[in-house]
Formats: sequence, structure tokens, C-alpha cells
Amino acid sequence: MATIYIPSLMRDLTGGQEIIQIDGTTMRLIIANLEEAHPGFRKRLIDEDSKRIKPNIAVMIDGRNANRSLLDKVGVASEIHFLPAISGG
Amino acid sequence: MATNGYKVIGTRPIRHDGVDKVTGRAIYGADIQLTGLLYGAILRSPHPHARIKKIDTSRAEAHPGVRAVATAEDLPQTADKLQDLGETIVNLRDASNNVLAYGKVLYKGHAVAGVAATSLHVAQEALEQIDVEYEVLPHVTWVMDAMKDDAPILHEDMKTTSMGEETDKVSNIANHFQHKIGDPDKGFAEADVIVEREFTTQTVHQGYIEPHNATAKWNEEGQLTLWTSTQGAFMVRDQLIEILKIPVSKVKVVPLEIGGGFGGKISVYGDPVAAVLSKKTGHPVKITMTRDEVFEGTGPTPGSYIKVKMGVTNDGRITAATTYMAYEAGAYPGSPVGAGAGCIFTPYDISNAQIDGYDVCVNKPKTNAYRAPGATNAAFAAETVVDEICEKIGMDPLEFRLKNASTEGARRVDGPVHPRIGCIETTEAAKNCAHYNTSMEKSVDGKLRGRGVASGYWFNFNGGKSAISVSVNSDGTINMLEGSTDIGGSRASIAMQLAETIGLEATDINPQVVDTDSIGYTDVTGGSRTTFGTGYAAHATGLALIREMKERASKLWDVPADAIEFSDAVFFYKDDEEKRGTFKELAKQAGDTGGPIVAQVSTNPDGSGGGAYATHICDVEVDPDTGKVDVLRYTAVQDVGTAIHPSYVEGQMQGGVVQGIGWGLNEEYIYNDAGVMTNASFLDYRMPTTLDTPMIETILVEVPNVAHPYGVRGVGEVPIVPPPAALANAIYDATGQRLRDLPMSPPRVQAAMTKNGE
Repeated sequence: MATIYIPSLMRDLTGGQEIIQIDGTTMRLIIANLEEAHPGFRKRLIDEDSKRIKPNIAVMIDGRNANRSLLDKVGVASEIHFLPAISGG
Repeated sequence: MATNGYKVIGTRPIRHDGVDKVTGRAIYGADIQLTGLLYGAILRSPHPHARIKKIDTSRAEAHPGVRAVATAEDLPQTADKLQDLGETIVNLRDASNNVLAYGKVLYKGHAVAGVAATSLHVAQEALEQIDVEYEVLPHVTWVMDAMKDDAPILHEDMKTTSMGEETDKVSNIANHFQHKIGDPDKGFAEADVIVEREFTTQTVHQGYIEPHNATAKWNEEGQLTLWTSTQGAFMVRDQLIEILKIPVSKVKVVPLEIGGGFGGKISVYGDPVAAVLSKKTGHPVKITMTRDEVFEGTGPTPGSYIKVKMGVTNDGRITAATTYMAYEAGAYPGSPVGAGAGCIFTPYDISNAQIDGYDVCVNKPKTNAYRAPGATNAAFAAETVVDEICEKIGMDPLEFRLKNASTEGARRVDGPVHPRIGCIETTEAAKNCAHYNTSMEKSVDGKLRGRGVASGYWFNFNGGKSAISVSVNSDGTINMLEGSTDIGGSRASIAMQLAETIGLEATDINPQVVDTDSIGYTDVTGGSRTTFGTGYAAHATGLALIREMKERASKLWDVPADAIEFSDAVFFYKDDEEKRGTFKELAKQAGDTGGPIVAQVSTNPDGSGGGAYATHICDVEVDPDTGKVDVLRYTAVQDVGTAIHPSYVEGQMQGGVVQGIGWGLNEEYIYNDAGVMTNASFLDYRMPTTLDTPMIETILVEVPNVAHPYGVRGVGEVPIVPPPAALANAIYDATGQRLRDLPMSPPRVQAAMTKNGE
């Protein structure tokens, strides 16, 4: 199972849990299973028009910036973070 | 010859575009001249906040030299939707309204209308004949004022969002986020010394030499061609198709040479206006900004308020840290507070910390990226607190940094774990360098001298989409097309990576930055990503050429391609010494082996690899009578990964430091009570010149990035992060006064010293 680090301002959806374990081999499956376990995540994370992760949210999987949105692969021991997206100069 | 085991990487060849630039032959946007060209000008708001009640363009349109006038009514309605432009995220409705104001103007200088005329003078004269009726509204230009409940509201429909969840509160606070690790309260309880301080920084501009410009030609077939100065031609294309609602296949963006960008040339401003005016007139239209338009009408970096609290043990271990960061977004949401939050404590391994960030709208131009956006503000606050802590516990500031340094495996406050990084190596190099180990007199001729250090971090965007297209000439040289505009020597650094891969010299590669019809999609030149990302594509292109050359050689030598090897720039068949040749030798026979050799590669690396660390040392001299600060000596130490072209790495470091010195000592947007910037020219907006700065010494620490085949680590942004803090710490060492408000200009320094004297 992948380890999901829940941002502090999303912990209202997990009853205060900071870290949860979720099954899934892609970000699509991770978010689907996250939504099933803790409803509300999909609305916070997914842009329903484009069916992609919202552009103002960055996903990091095992320390890398996931750049394929819902198609990014997730390993069985992966660590996933949701962060505010950043831009550079 | 390189000393790092490479043949090309690490050498210092003359840049491919250098001669054209130093002789004035390079073509910039303002040089574009087309048949039937019209000249555009922009009418801008005189008010920082006002409702537009009516725009009457009839008088201007009746002017004999005017060919067209455009307002927001000429732009299609766009959705309230975020769009990822690679390195910048924009709300399309906001972007459109920023190009030409709709309903309200939100800052002095906000574009209201555009005019196309037969000459620039006629266009400027016609602007005075556009009658705009405003209802002036109260304004707010400071972040902490804008956060108050009774502040004037810029966007009546904007509610604060927290990590994707919209609240019910209408406010100028567009977004609030939080990072938390461990238990900060417990950490502070374990501390022997706690320091809590407040800091402010002011709006500053990137200050690129070349103003924004755009020349648009929209022909009868609906094909729009735009020549412009930009960090990302594809980003301009993406914004145009969304703002103008036209198909992507109908837009070609031609990037010209760029006279500086530093993050400020990603968003579009006059580009869509020139396009609309061209469509209305059937002529090409060119718009070139003046300097005051650049200051007042484009995106500077934000003013900010930052509070930092840090607790340590007497032996120098950080037990906890918290920060409250409020950044000005300008007229529309989207400040770099998220990036600042991700950087503020990242030079340190801290187990208990909390970061709260606020993105706040004010009646100033919409902010844009500026070299490590958000991180300089943050480092000014955190690194000044660290310096004060070191003084209180009596520890050398670099020893303190080494004791708490981030390292591989340490967890950042925002969550992810560091891969291989060079934080410790950089700090050690600073501690051991000649500058740090040279003593200085504390007072000379009545002037006070002091030394300060500061560290900084920037993520680096180790990824993004890049495309490379190459064709091999009959002599084995290569024409290389790329989509990354060259803002800092990247033509050379990318060409050198291709040359290294296939065993050629850098001068054998002819790199060209081409338009959006001529190369695959390439993300913006920004985020310190280009030498990494497009270099990654260049390496992959080199591998593709090697594969193709083996196929060609197999036909010449009548051996299987997979039996041919490539090593030390030579292709060979190991069982026959006669069957060997260099890339150039084999290229000459391309006609006989299948025709011209070409390759196209696009890549999108996975974004792994670590960020960049820098530690700076700064000596200053303060005139106690005037408060003027002179920088006597400055050394920048940085983990640069593998330095592809060391001269350009040094140049990036020196340029970043000088910009940071300007930010720290003098630069600021000065607003009067009417919300109007009063120093919108280079006469009054004080940027440092060569007369103000010493030679910036550089120490390159090379910790290769494991995520790149040549170890490339972005180098362009982190050097601007430490300077204001290093200066503040040096000024304290000289004067005994802690300055916590930027800029540390002579009046501020003098006021602080006068207060000290009392």
C-alpha cells in the first residue's frame, strides 16, 4: 500500500489522520480509493472539466514531481504528498 | 579541456549567439518591421481601484491616423478556470481581464484600451481621446491592510480557498495553506533560546533591460503569427488560444532574442491586444512598452509580511520553527507564497515545524515570477533569525548551519524527503573559503564594517517537456532546433550536452531557438529547468543519433548494427580494426547509407533529483552619517551539480547576487497615498550598477544530480535567495542594528543607527 501524507488543511477529511495507507498502482486508483475511504478528496484534488489533478496542486511521489497527472505510476511502498503547486522564474 | 572526465562538459567555449549579441546584430522584438506595420499603444488606468462605468472610443476612432481601437469588449469571455502553463498557473478569466480590464480596474497602470495607428505618436495622441468614466473606489496596497475585515475588496466573488476547499468568506485572501511536521509546541518547550521576529519586504521588479513587445499579424485566413520577447513561446501560444478563443493550429509564436526575463516574461500583456488590433485592421500591429509601463503594467515580485519563530538548544540544535507568511498577489490571486513556504526552512533538518501561507490580493500589478520566486523574501526572515540565534548562543553561524543541515533522507517541513543534495558540501566550502577566513577591520575612516552570512534553497524544476530536432550535415556538424528560449546561455549548455554524447565539439553544433510550428512542445525557460530538461532531451537525441549511426555503419561494414560499439567518440566493430570511424567520418557517407540523418526526440523526465543550495558571505561598510551601505566583498558558494559551462554558471550566480543586493539595499515600488507608484523609472527605481558592486566571487560545489545523465542541477535561481539576509547580517555586524524591513536603504539604516544613538 502507498503511504499518503495528508496536508494539515485536508485532515478534516480523514478525522485528523496525518498518514494513511491506500491501495493503487496509479494516481487515478489512489485518488479513487482515497475518495472511497474518505469522501471529499476527489473534489479537493480533481478538476472535473479536465479530469486532471488541479493545476494549483502538486503531487510528489517518492520525492519526484509527478508530471503525468492521474497516469503517474505508484509503487507498493510509495510515499505521496499533495503540495501547493509552485512556479519558477 | 575539462578536468571532470568529460571532453566538452566543463569547458568554456564561446557562446554560439555571442558575436551577434555583442555586435548588435541579434534580432529583438522591437527590431521587427513588416510591410504595412501599424503601431499600437495602450491606455492605462490612472486609478488603483475603480469601476469602469463607460468607455467612449468615438473621438479616438475619428482621428485620421487611427486604424482601430480595442477594449475588453473585443475579447471573448473566458471561464473562471485555472490553466497550468508549465511553470506558471493562470486563471484564464484573470489573465484576460489583466490584458484589458473588464468592469473594474484593479491597479494604477491596468490596461483599459489599445489603439493601432499609422505612427506611435498618433497612437499615443489618440489615447488621450478615449473617454473613460470611472467610479473611483477605495484601494489597498499593503498586504496586512488587505487582510483586514474592513479592507476594500478587489473581487466581490472571491472567497478564501484552503487546499482546494472554498470557504464562505469573501476576502482579499485568495488562499491559505499550511505545512506541519512533528509537534512545534513540544519542540519549543525543549528549546533553551527562542527568537520570534517580524519582517517586511517591498514590491520589486525583475528589471530586465528589454521592455515587453509584441508584433501580431492576423491574416485573412485566420492565421495569427506573433513575434515576441518571451521565456516560453508555447506558453504565449497557450495563453493566446485561451484568451482569444482560436484553435491552436491557427497560432504561431516566434520567440525573438530576449533581453532578460527572470520570470517576468511568461505571462502575456500586449500580445493579445496587438492580435485583436491586427484582426480589426488587417495589418500587422506592433506594441512596445515604455519603461514606466513595464513597472506599472507587468508583474513584479510581491511585497510580504513574514513572522518567524525559532527555538534552539544551547548547543545549537533547532528544536522547532514556525512561520506566518503573507504575500501580495497583486490584482489577481497567485503570489509565490507557496514556493516561499517550501523554501523558508529547507536548509535545515527540523523535526517540529509549522508554516502558514496566505496569498493576498492588493491594488498593485499582478505579481509574476522573479528568480526563485518567494524564496528571497522567506530567506531574509529565516536567515536573519538564525543569525540572531547564533549570536545569542555564541556559535559560529556556519557551524550552526552544518549542525542543522539538510541532508539526503531528511524530511522537508512540507513533507517530501530530500534525495542527494549538496547542503553540507556547500556550507563546508563556505566555511573553508579564503573570504570567510580573512579577518576584517571593524572601522576604517569612521565607517563601520561588518560581515554576514546567509544560506538559501530553491527547489529547481527537474523536469518538464522538451523537444529537440536535429539534422546532420554532410560534414558531420549538426543543426539543432530547440524550443527553449535562451535567457542565460542555454543554447551553449544544451549544445554541449549533445556534443558530449556523440563525441563532437561544442562548435560542431549549431543550436537555434525556433517558433512553435517548427519544434515539439517545450515548456517554459524557467524554474531552473532548461539546462536540465532540454539538456535531458539533447542527451536522448544524442543516443538516438548513435543508434542511427550504428545502423548506417552496419551497411558500410556489412556487420550487424548491434555488433557495432561506440566509445570515446568512435564507432567500431571490435573484430575488425579497419571497421571504425568517428561520427563525422560516417556522416560523410550518409547519402550512400540511407540519406540525410535526422532525429527528433521529446522528453518529460520524472522530476526527481534535489534542489539547489547556496551559502553567501558578504562584507559591508556602513557610513554612519548617511546610512549608505557599500558592499566590499561578496562570495557566493553554491551546489551547481555538474557545471556544464562553468563561465555561464558563474554568470548566473553573479547576476543573481547583484539582483539580490539591489533587492536588499535599494529597490522598492514607492506608493503615494493615492495608490500610485511614484518611482516608475530607472532614475528613481534604484538598481545596482557595476559601480555599486565588487566583483562577485564564486565557488562552484559540484554534487551531481542523480536524476540527470550528466548530473545537471539548475543554477539560475538560488543565487538571488541569500543576499538580502547576508546583507542584513553584515549590517548588524557593522552597526549593532538588526534591520528587518527591506530595502535597507540609507534613510532606513540611518534611522536605525540614530535610534541606536538615542
